[in-house]
Amino acid sequence: MAELTYREAVARGIAQEMARDDNVVFLGEDVAKAGGVFKATDGLLEQFGPKRVLDTPISEQAILGAAMGAAMTGLRPIAEIMFADFIAVCYDYIANEFPKTRYMTNGQVTLPLVVRCGNGGGARFGAQHSQSIENWCMQFPGLKVVAPSSPLDVIGLLAAAVRDPNPVVFLEHKSLYSTKGEVPDGEIVDMLGTARTLRAGTDATLLALGMMVPRTLQAAEILHTEHGINCEVIDVRSLVPLDTQCMLGSIARTGRVFTVEENPRQLGWGAEIASIIADEAFYDLDGPVIRITAPNIPLPAADALEDLTIPSVSRIADTIRRALAA
Amino acid sequence: MNVLMPQLGETVAEGTIIRWAKSVGDRVEAGELLFEIETDKTAMDVPALAAGTLAAIHADAGQSVEVGSVVAVIDDATAAGVAPESSSEAHSALPTATESTQDATIDPFHGVRTPMRDYGKAMTARGVKITPLARRLAAEDGIDPSDLQGSGPNGRIVAADVGRAGTAGVKAEPDGDGIREIYAGVPLRELPLDAMRKTIARRLTASKQNVPHFYLTAHLNVDALFELRRQINAASGHKVSLNDLIVKAYALALREVAAANVAWAGDRLLQFERVDVGVAVAIAGGLVTPIVRDAGVKSLLELSTELAELIARARGRRLQPAEYTGGAGSVSNLGMYGVSAFQAIVNPPQATILAVGAAERRAIETSDGSLRAATMMTISLSVDHRAVDGAVGAELLAALRTCIESPYSLVV
Amino acid sequence: MAVPQRPSLDGAPAEPTADSERIPLAKRLEIYRSMVLMRQAEQRANDLFLQNLVKGTSHLSLGQEAIAAAAAAAMRPGDLSFCTYRGHAHTLARGVPVEKVLGELMGRDNGLMRGKGGSMHLTSVEHGVMGSYAIVGAHLPIACGAAWRAQYKGASDVSVCFFGDGTTNIGAFHEALNFAACMKLPVVFVCENNLYMEYTPIAEVIPVEHPAADRASAYGLERIVIDGNDADVVYETLSHAYARARNGDGPSLIEAMTYRYSGHSRADPAKYRPAGELERWKERDPLNIYRRRLEGSGVKAAALDAIESDVRTIVDAATKACQNAPFTSTDVLFTDVYADGGCAWRN
Repeated sequence: MAELTYREAVARGIAQEMARDDNVVFLGEDVAKAGGVFKATDGLLEQFGPKRVLDTPISEQAILGAAMGAAMTGLRPIAEIMFADFIAVCYDYIANEFPKTRYMTNGQVTLPLVVRCGNGGGARFGAQHSQSIENWCMQFPGLKVVAPSSPLDVIGLLAAAVRDPNPVVFLEHKSLYSTKGEVPDGEIVDMLGTARTLRAGTDATLLALGMMVPRTLQAAEILHTEHGINCEVIDVRSLVPLDTQCMLGSIARTGRVFTVEENPRQLGWGAEIASIIADEAFYDLDGPVIRITAPNIPLPAADALEDLTIPSVSRIADTIRRALAA
Repeated sequence: MNVLMPQLGETVAEGTIIRWAKSVGDRVEAGELLFEIETDKTAMDVPALAAGTLAAIHADAGQSVEVGSVVAVIDDATAAGVAPESSSEAHSALPTATESTQDATIDPFHGVRTPMRDYGKAMTARGVKITPLARRLAAEDGIDPSDLQGSGPNGRIVAADVGRAGTAGVKAEPDGDGIREIYAGVPLRELPLDAMRKTIARRLTASKQNVPHFYLTAHLNVDALFELRRQINAASGHKVSLNDLIVKAYALALREVAAANVAWAGDRLLQFERVDVGVAVAIAGGLVTPIVRDAGVKSLLELSTELAELIARARGRRLQPAEYTGGAGSVSNLGMYGVSAFQAIVNPPQATILAVGAAERRAIETSDGSLRAATMMTISLSVDHRAVDGAVGAELLAALRTCIESPYSLVV
Repeated sequence: MAVPQRPSLDGAPAEPTADSERIPLAKRLEIYRSMVLMRQAEQRANDLFLQNLVKGTSHLSLGQEAIAAAAAAAMRPGDLSFCTYRGHAHTLARGVPVEKVLGELMGRDNGLMRGKGGSMHLTSVEHGVMGSYAIVGAHLPIACGAAWRAQYKGASDVSVCFFGDGTTNIGAFHEALNFAACMKLPVVFVCENNLYMEYTPIAEVIPVEHPAADRASAYGLERIVIDGNDADVVYETLSHAYARARNGDGPSLIEAMTYRYSGHSRADPAKYRPAGELERWKERDPLNIYRRRLEGSGVKAAALDAIESDVRTIVDAATKACQNAPFTSTDVLFTDVYADGGCAWRN
C-alpha cells in the first residue's frame, strides 16, 4: 500500500500499461521531456524512451489523428490533450472520426485508443481552460467517457481504458492532481461502466463526478451530523458506459435523487441521467429529480467569482436540505 | 486465458462469487455473462473477455477470493482475433462491463426500459397532488389515496403519508426518543431505518391489523420427496433444491384448488388464471419476495433456474419492483435454520402464505403398528379469511400434502 | 529526383517525360485495365444515380483515373491507402470488387460495408483501403499515425494519402505535413489538383500558384508537380516516393495536375467552368493518352478492346447482382457501434 497523489497515479497508470504491452505508446504536448505541464507524466520518457513517449508540436488535430491512424493499424496509443477545453480544437476526431468509423465500416476498423485531458475548474485559469466537458463527449454513440475522482480510480480506470478496444476519453480533473489517496501495490485494473457507492444512506441518492465527488461527500457529512439527513453518495465514474442499474437500485431505496455537476446547467451530463430516472424509476420517486450545477454562464476567472460558480460544499448541502425539508 | 477476480473498490481486497452463469465445459462468447460477484458495497456482472470453452472453475458460488486471483480458465484456442495485438496471458485484460444479461431487454429504438405500470393519476379526486412513489405504495397496500392527508410541499401526499394511513386505527408508533430513554445507560448502537425496514414495518403491521388470519398445519412425510430430489440431481447437471420442489408443489396445489389462487382487492376478489408464486428471500438487512410467474406450468428445471437467478439478484438488491409485486401466495422456508414449525404473516393482497419448517427424523407408526423413522416436515398455511375460507384452505393443504408426499407429479 | 515537366494549366497536351519502357508491360496493362474499370464503374454509378438507384450524393473521379490507378499499381501488398470522399476509384484500384462498391452506393446488403457507410466512407481493411474520409483533411493526420506505427514497429509499409487541392488550405493539412516531416514518417501525400475547390477555382483562394507544391518548402519538402493524367509519370514519381519513405528518408508531397469531368458532387452541374475548359482537358483524357501509348509500344488494339469488353462484362454483372441484392436488413442497424459488436451504452 502507498499514498499517492492523483498526478502520481496518472504516471503510474500509464507506466503500468506501457510496461505490460509494447504496443502502448504515448503522445502529447510537453509530455515527455517536461513530464507534462501538470507534471502528471513525469518519468515516462526516462522509463520508456523517445520512441514510445512523444513530444508533439502544438497540433491537436495531428495528435488525435495520429492516434487514430496508429490505433487502426495495431498500436494502443494514449494521446494527451493538455486542457480538456482544447478538445474543441480537434473536435472532428471526437465527433466524427473516432466514434463512427467502426460503425460506418461495418466493424472492419477497431480503435483501441485513449484520449486523456486535464478537465475541470477551480484553478482560476479562466473560461477557456477550466471547463467540464463530459457532455461534449458523452453525446456520440461509439465513444466511451470516464472521469476518475481518486488516485486509485485513475490507475484502475486508465488501465481499463487502455485495454478496452474502443476509443475512450479519459477526463482527469486538474484541481484533483494534488489530492492524495491510498493505492495498493501491484497491478490495478478496474472496469469501465461501473459506478461506485462511496457512502451508504437512506434519505436521498447523490450522483457526483470528478471534483464534485469529494465535495458531495463533505456535504453528505454535514447533512448527516447537522440535520440528520442520511444520503447515499455514488461516484458515477463512467458516463459511457453508464451504470444505470447502480443508480436506479439506490433510488429504489431512497426515493429522492440529486445530481451534482460542475458543468453549466444546459445539457450537462446529469440531464441525461435525470431523463432515464424520470422514465424508468418514476414510481420510485417521492419528489422531483434535482440537478445541482454551475449556473448557465461561462466560468469567470477571478477566484471569488469562480468559487461562486462551481457548486460548493455549502451550496450542495443547502440545496439538498431545503429540497428534503419541503 | 485466466479469468481473474476483478478489483471492485479501493478498500476491497476480496470479492464473493454469487453464481456462475456458465458451467465447466460450456461454450462462452466474448461479452457473454460469465459470473456474478459482490462485495459489501456493490454487486456486478462479469462478462467473459474471450470466446472459448470454460475449462475450469477455481472458485465456487459463495466463495470469497482475493482480488486478482484466478477464478476460472477459458480455453480460447478457438477465439478469433480481430483486435490488434494485445498483451500476454499473464496479465489478461479485464472486460469492460458494458453488457449484462439485462442489456438484451433494452429496445434500442426506445433506449429506456419504461416500466409498464400505472398507479393512477397524479392528483386525487379532491385535487391533491400525490408523488409517484406514494401512489405506488398506496396501490400496493390497497389504500385509497384520496383519503390521505398530505404532509409534503403544498399539501402533496408523499410516501410517508401512505405509511401512516396503513397503520391508522391503531396507537401511533411509539415515540423514538421516549423508547431510547427507557434504555438510557445500556450499551447499544442506534441503527437508522432504511426504506426497506420502514416498508417491512408498515406492510406487516397493516397485514396483522387488517387481515383476518387463520392457520392450518400439517406434518408431511418427505421421504419420497428427498428420494426424488436425489434422483433428479444425480441425473442432471443442475442441482434442484428442496425449496424448488416445495415451490413447485405449492404452485400445483394452487392450480388444483383454484378458489385459493386469489388476491383480495377490497371490493372484489381477483381469481387468477395462472399461478404466480412468491418466494421469501432473506437479504442483508431485511427480506424481499421475488415472484416466479406462471409457476404452475413451468418445468422443475425452469423454475429452479429462474428462482436461482431471482434469488441472486434479490441478494444483490437488483430486482426491479415489478419482480416482487403481485402473486397469489408466497413460500417462506426457515427449515435451514432448524425451525420445526412457524406461522408466517400473509403478504396482502396475496391470500395465502406457506411456512416451511425443517425436515427432521421422527418416529411414525407404520401400517402394521410398529414404529419406524421417517423424515417429516411441518408446514403451516396462513390464510386471509376474507378471500379463502377454512374448507378451501384445507383443500389447499391437502393438495399440498399430495404433491409433496407423492411427488412424481412435480416432474410431469 | 528530377522534377518531371509541368503541363500548362490550360490543358495543352504535353510530351510525356517518363521513360515508359522502364515500366514492365504487364504492369502497364494492369494500370490500363484499372483505369478502364474506374471509368466504366463511375459512368455506371452516374447512370444508376439518374435511375434513382444510387441515393444521396457521390463524388465521381471521371477524368482523374490515372492518379488512382498508377499510384495503386506502384504500391506493394501491405501498403495502406487513405483517400477522400471522392474515393470510388482509389477503392477499386486496390482490388476491391466493383460489385461491393456499387452495392454500397446502392445501399444493398452486398455492399462493402453493407450500406452502413455509403459512398463517402468506402473502406476495405483487407485490401489496405484504410478509409475514405468525408471531412476535408481529417485523414492526413490519420495517415501520419499509420506511418508512425510502421516506423515504430520497424515495418516497411508505406501510407499513401490522397486529397484534393482544396485540402491544402485546411488546418489538418498543415499539422499533418509538419508532423510527418519532423518525424520523417513513411507517408506519401498526393494532392490531386483538379483546379476546383468544390465550386470555386483553387486559384482564387491560394496566394501561390500551386496549392500543394508551393507549400512544400514550408515543411522542408521538395516541390513536385506532375502531369496527373499521364499514368506512367504518376507511376514513376510515386514509385520513387515510396522508395524514399521505405528507406527512412521521410515523407513526400506530390501535386498531380488533373481535371474532373463531372461536378464536385451530384448536386453540382459545374456551370462555373469557363467555356471550352472541359473540352480542352478531354483532349488529354488519361485513358486515351495511355491507350495510344500502349499501341505505340506494340500492344494490339484487339487486346485493349478485349480488356474493355471484359471490364464491361464485369461491370454489367456487378450491376445486375446489385440490382437483385436485397436492401440492407435491419439486423445490422445496431451492430458494431462498439467493439463488442453491439450498441449498448448503459446497463
